[in-house]
Amino acid sequence: MYSKDGENYFIVDAHIALWDARPENQRNIQGKQFIDCFYDYHRNLGPEEEHWSYEEFLYQGGERLMQDLFEDGYVDHAIFQPAYLGAFYQNGFAQVEEAYGLAAANPGKLTYNHCYDPRQGEAGLDRLRADHEKMKFKGVKLYTAEWRGESRGYKLSDPWSYRYFEECRKLGIKNIHIHKGPTVRPLDRDAFDVADVDHAASDFTDLNFVVEHVGLPRLEDFCWIATQEPNVHGGLAVAMPFMHTRPRYFAQIIGELIYWIGEDRIQFSSDYAIWSPRWLIERFVDFQIPEDMTEYAPLTVNQKKKILGLNAAKMYDIPVPAELQLPNADETKTGPRQPERADLAAAV
Amino acid sequence: MTAALTERTLRHRDVAVSAKDVRQALGAVLDPELDEPITDLGFVRSLEITGSLAGAVVTVHLRLPTSFCSPNFAYLMASDSKDVISALPGVARVVVELDDHHDSALINAGLAADAGYRGTFGQEAEHSLEELRWTFRRKAYTAAMERCLTELLRADPTLAEESVGTVRLGDLPAGRTKDALVRRRTALGLPTQPSAVVLVDHNGVPYMPDNVPMALRRARSTRISIDGNAHFCRGLLRTRYAGSGADQSARPDGAEPADHQELLPLRVKEINP
Repeated sequence: MYSKDGENYFIVDAHIALWDARPENQRNIQGKQFIDCFYDYHRNLGPEEEHWSYEEFLYQGGERLMQDLFEDGYVDHAIFQPAYLGAFYQNGFAQVEEAYGLAAANPGKLTYNHCYDPRQGEAGLDRLRADHEKMKFKGVKLYTAEWRGESRGYKLSDPWSYRYFEECRKLGIKNIHIHKGPTVRPLDRDAFDVADVDHAASDFTDLNFVVEHVGLPRLEDFCWIATQEPNVHGGLAVAMPFMHTRPRYFAQIIGELIYWIGEDRIQFSSDYAIWSPRWLIERFVDFQIPEDMTEYAPLTVNQKKKILGLNAAKMYDIPVPAELQLPNADETKTGPRQPERADLAAAV
Repeated sequence: MTAALTERTLRHRDVAVSAKDVRQALGAVLDPELDEPITDLGFVRSLEITGSLAGAVVTVHLRLPTSFCSPNFAYLMASDSKDVISALPGVARVVVELDDHHDSALINAGLAADAGYRGTFGQEAEHSLEELRWTFRRKAYTAAMERCLTELLRADPTLAEESVGTVRLGDLPAGRTKDALVRRRTALGLPTQPSAVVLVDHNGVPYMPDNVPMALRRARSTRISIDGNAHFCRGLLRTRYAGSGADQSARPDGAEPADHQELLPLRVKEINP
């Protein structure tokens, strides 16, 4: 819980990781390149006083995670979104067993989401069933740019992806978090294209599709798809820290999201351990749209409350104290919303 | 001994091509996604010219903001670099190498062998990257159009969003934003006379009045994406390679107070419930 100016914010951090990127776990140069890329994100977007040493960044462990999120970070509940990356790390990048164990020991605070790779075919389906039997997760994280043998990625519209979604449906796995990354075959096309999410979301309307990083670097494609599909949501992992270095860019990202998908389908994420939630939450509560951006309405306290926790809590049935709950906005399910709130439209 | 002496002499006297020529040639190579010259982005890491009896040998190293930048874009920039330098008079041999990328080995081998896109990537390549280039040329045009119209809207509070569908090129104030739009229109083969309607799709088709606000808003999200990426990529390069900022040129579109490029005040809105 975070409190400021008499307002209380229930916080759900919808995208966190427990990773091990230490050299002894790196399988190859790509393992080093991957964590170095994350470290550059960390240093480039985070304020200097929040920078960690490279050694700290390679591995945190469960104890530090609990401290950073729940003791120092105001977080009420957090959701693991593991990226396995077996082609880069000996024992995987996300520490699946350790994260599951931590969530099992702290069920009120942590939710464990699992991961799978549809290119594993039938054997992978058996594995998914067995894992679900043991871990009972409600959501999965899919990293479509994961390398596997000769393949360097897959699409959500692939036939095997559909087989896995059908299985998710049967098992009661309702929340599909997607991280689009580069290097999807064929290279002829834009590797960050989110069009395959559109296909999957139209064909599996009973599943929620949370596009992490709100589709960045293709915000426009994400907004266009999400506005038409009521089961597509936006996760703010990696988008949040732009508040610090590029506040005007961040204001426009939020302004566009509120316009295209509305205030009920946006989820706060720190993307821990790339960044820690504390400073992100403090700054987001203080954040406001720049005055000269007449195309956007100012962010309201209730919108911030929904984004910071209430939206994800609803999706994951996380109990929220009655006095902190808010009703859904009375808005259209598809298409742009609230355009009349922007100054420009008001001038008509 | 004699050969070495000859080479050294050549280096001093007879190598016609200069570093300035090479850099200028590289200025025509665009990052297809950001639609900016690689020389403005700071992607040229080093440039060396030595002589041989047949002519100059030019060696260029390129660097990118992350190891995981899309390999198709990385390949395009590297192979375009090789092409523009090879076309310079007096150049006998060109070596272009991409540093520190997850596909460096593959791409550099393909470049050295002049294997082409399909020869370099094998089963990962299907046809060509031409369509991909066009995707981003169209996005660059869309963004340039939106900048002009949003500038107009911000400058005139009485102008309604719905009415921008009839704005013509001749109605736009002269300046950098308009010049950029005219350049983008030319690249797509769209008309550039003053009577041409500004809000048209990439085929030059205008919008029905009811669809104008939506078309403008879609264009806006494209512009935000492009400006955001262009600055994030610049920033990541500076973080990754200390000192590389000195090789970057300022980008006014999407600039922030922290860029020290423009003194933009960051004044925020009041909440009006």
